[in-house]
Amino acid sequence: MSTQQTGSRATAPDIDEQIVTRRKGTTSHARDFGPGFFVKLVLVAVVNALGVYGILAAAAVGSWGIVGFLVIALVLVDWVYFSRRMLPVKYLLPGLLFLLVYQLFVMAYTGYVAFTNYGDGHNSTKADAISAIQIQTERRVEGSPSYPLAVLEKGGVLAVAIVENDKAMVGTADQALAAVGGATVEAGRVTAVPGYTTLAFAQIAQRQDEITNLRVPVAADGSKGSLRTQDASTGYIYTPSTVYDAATDTFTDVVAGTVYKASAEGTFTAADGTTLNPGWRAGVGLKNFTTMFTDSRISGPFFNILAWTFAFAILSVATTFALGLFLAVTFNDPRVRYRRLYRSLLILPYAFPGFLAALVWRGMLNPRFGFVNEVLLRGTHVPWLTDPWLAKVSVLLVNLWLGFPYMFLICTGALQAIPGDVIESARMDGAGALRILRSMTLPLLMISVAPLLIASFAFNFNNFTLIYMLTGGGPNFAGSPIVVGHTDILISMVYSVAFEGGNKQYGLASAVSILIFVIVGTISWIGFRRTKTLEEL
Amino acid sequence: MRRSIPLVATALGVALTLAACSGSSNTPAAVTTPSETATTAALTGTLTVWVDETRIKDIKPVADSFQAKTGIVLDLVQKASGDIRTDFVAQVPTGQGPDVIIGAHDWTGEFVKNGVVAPVELGDKAGTFSKSAVNAFAYGGKQYGVPYAIENIALVRNNKLVKDTPKTFDEVIAQGKAAGTQFPVIIQQGDKGDAYHLYPLQTSFGAPVFKQQADGSYTNELALGADAGTKFAAYLQKLGQDKVLDPAIDGDKAKQAFLDGQSPYIVTGPWNTTAFKAAGMDITVLPIPSAGGQEAKPFVGVQGAFISAKTKNAVLANEFVVNYLTTEAVQDALYATGGRVPALKASAAKINDPILVGFNAAGATGAPMPSIPEMGSVWGFWGTTEVQIIGGQAADPAAAWTTMVDNIKSAIKG
Repeated sequence: MSTQQTGSRATAPDIDEQIVTRRKGTTSHARDFGPGFFVKLVLVAVVNALGVYGILAAAAVGSWGIVGFLVIALVLVDWVYFSRRMLPVKYLLPGLLFLLVYQLFVMAYTGYVAFTNYGDGHNSTKADAISAIQIQTERRVEGSPSYPLAVLEKGGVLAVAIVENDKAMVGTADQALAAVGGATVEAGRVTAVPGYTTLAFAQIAQRQDEITNLRVPVAADGSKGSLRTQDASTGYIYTPSTVYDAATDTFTDVVAGTVYKASAEGTFTAADGTTLNPGWRAGVGLKNFTTMFTDSRISGPFFNILAWTFAFAILSVATTFALGLFLAVTFNDPRVRYRRLYRSLLILPYAFPGFLAALVWRGMLNPRFGFVNEVLLRGTHVPWLTDPWLAKVSVLLVNLWLGFPYMFLICTGALQAIPGDVIESARMDGAGALRILRSMTLPLLMISVAPLLIASFAFNFNNFTLIYMLTGGGPNFAGSPIVVGHTDILISMVYSVAFEGGNKQYGLASAVSILIFVIVGTISWIGFRRTKTLEEL
Repeated sequence: MRRSIPLVATALGVALTLAACSGSSNTPAAVTTPSETATTAALTGTLTVWVDETRIKDIKPVADSFQAKTGIVLDLVQKASGDIRTDFVAQVPTGQGPDVIIGAHDWTGEFVKNGVVAPVELGDKAGTFSKSAVNAFAYGGKQYGVPYAIENIALVRNNKLVKDTPKTFDEVIAQGKAAGTQFPVIIQQGDKGDAYHLYPLQTSFGAPVFKQQADGSYTNELALGADAGTKFAAYLQKLGQDKVLDPAIDGDKAKQAFLDGQSPYIVTGPWNTTAFKAAGMDITVLPIPSAGGQEAKPFVGVQGAFISAKTKNAVLANEFVVNYLTTEAVQDALYATGGRVPALKASAAKINDPILVGFNAAGATGAPMPSIPEMGSVWGFWGTTEVQIIGGQAADPAAAWTTMVDNIKSAIKG
């Protein structure tokens, strides 16, 4: 320990000198045309290339928010890395940008979704919903034939040609179908009309949107419906069964006369409560947050899961820490032989990817075929993962197996950092082994370990992988309208609400996510304040 | 000079960037935007098709032949079967979705409810398909998908172990027990349950999941409750207590156990019989006999293709889905690789494989799996309740079944 200190002391002046010379600017990269400068040039060029590509791609699809962000980010990058006065920012900028994209943006977006009804039936924008309703309620005129059709063009305006009663008919979006003379007809299909160009497949492929959206009225007053084609070779006659009126923002059923008004909940709703599908994403205020507590069908399982999440996180930290500490203290004793070997073996579970280990355990705990029941318990059928309480115990045990090596590692590290002379002096004063552990080792250990325990708590609070892979949240609660179970923690409940039930509710799932954030944030904040007082001991 | 160095370097970096973007040309004026490249690519045409790992093997040869015939490039994207549906619903509104998605008919309701699929017009071609296959993709009076294959489950017998044809499900169990194998009959479950494989037994008690109208379409009125439902629940408990059904046996274990000759019977679909035949087993496919007195009706699933509501290639997509997938040659080819009964009547008539004929006969009495969006709220509760009854966690099967029905009702209400 003391040699280390002198060692670092010896190098300290060199570092200071370097910092001073940097500050003077004699080795600034901006004027240093060494290999480093060119490496930087190439790297920044690559970043610029990616950025400009991103800007062009985003501009092409009209995502102006992304364009704006990328422009600002690129200008910042170039300015910072080619400026001489921005040394600290050079180190911070990449992290800050990624923080913005992967943390702040995601958080803000989750926050936004939590106040909407985004989910099944409210999947997209209002404009999308209107066009979907229009297309879905369009009806093919009963008994009308299918027409072999040709797509024509005249002065940039699209037209279609069909054959009816052996006469070639041509029409455009504004001009109803009318007979034309001099058209060439081959096998019931028009191939050429004087004055028009017949579009070949390549040209059709370029104007697909225009062609599929083209509606050619059959009669001038629009009473007989309109001709449409989806494959540019066959046309059918459709009439709308609902009509959208933009001025009043309503859909009207042509036959029944029912009026569907756009509602604040994001649906077109009739007076009797029936709605048109699909709806659109709409703001619903605090509804997602209040349903968690007030809707008794959801609040029951929710509070159960909340309690289990706390129990799971606390017990996981407590058990792994207790076992890790015990083993660390044991193998820290110089009297234990082959300590290195044991230590290496104990780290093994930590070296396993968590999701893999959870899957392996799931197989081993299978009541009928699992290794535990079949081999260890000689063919009993203990329902490890299907009994509510046993499943909880299994989850904790598996997490203990997965988690203790980490605690063992950090405790071993922290124990070795406790100065030997302090413990030695305590022993001289006549303190017993237990007394030393309780009054000396543990408090000193806690200074470095306590923040890690809080981090571990936060990790386990959101330990989705383990729950999802081991039990899938099951066994499920008998009697809840969302598919959640006895071992579900909040984050796996979020997953279940958002994706697993038949009815996806991203809004509610986001609201629960925000709640998790608030809980973990508060606990971590309190925890870190407490550890500060530990340091003052 | 000093000041200008950063400027020069920045300019250089930008120039490099532009050069990298424009490819062969070095002048910034020649920079092509992605939209431009997209339109030039459309001259030949590229269709993006999403397909999951269970169907990609069927679609790949057809995609290649379509490309060879029309010059339209078919970009087959393999998605995980667990995600493909959710991803499609989430990504179509953003414009990131595919042009075409290959899937099952029971996705129709969810897709329509979210406005992510475009209607298709089969026109006169509708008559060339088996009626139930076409209707399976209809929703609210409109057609949203084009079918290519039909599949359902049936009772598969290992002829080496048992030779008699059972008349009731109890006979199946009795024969299986007499055969002295580890299991009398295998119906896969897993810890989340498997209502799909139990459905024939359930319908034999007269408890279909939703009420069916005369034309075969489903109303959103639940029909699995009442006396018929609780009788079936009691029967499930009995099967669980007799160790006929076991939650520990999931799909993989079921298949393996039957391959290992541990059971004379298995309730499964054509997706597993290829493996049984490859293993040299002598099997016969039988209709599932009744357990509750009425006809046992398996769910009939239909495979098909949907077109995205936001496709930029609607004409190409219709060319592939409506005009190409519906041809006899293509349906023949799909049968040759997929081994499922074609939806096109002309292709289906040509089948002479006794195993598929057996599945076809077993499915003749079946009912299409409901495609209404309400069905999504049913699966989770249904499977877990059944597995709780079988496993014995739900000691009172009738009560558990009634709770389940209430839960499904409230989940449907939202």
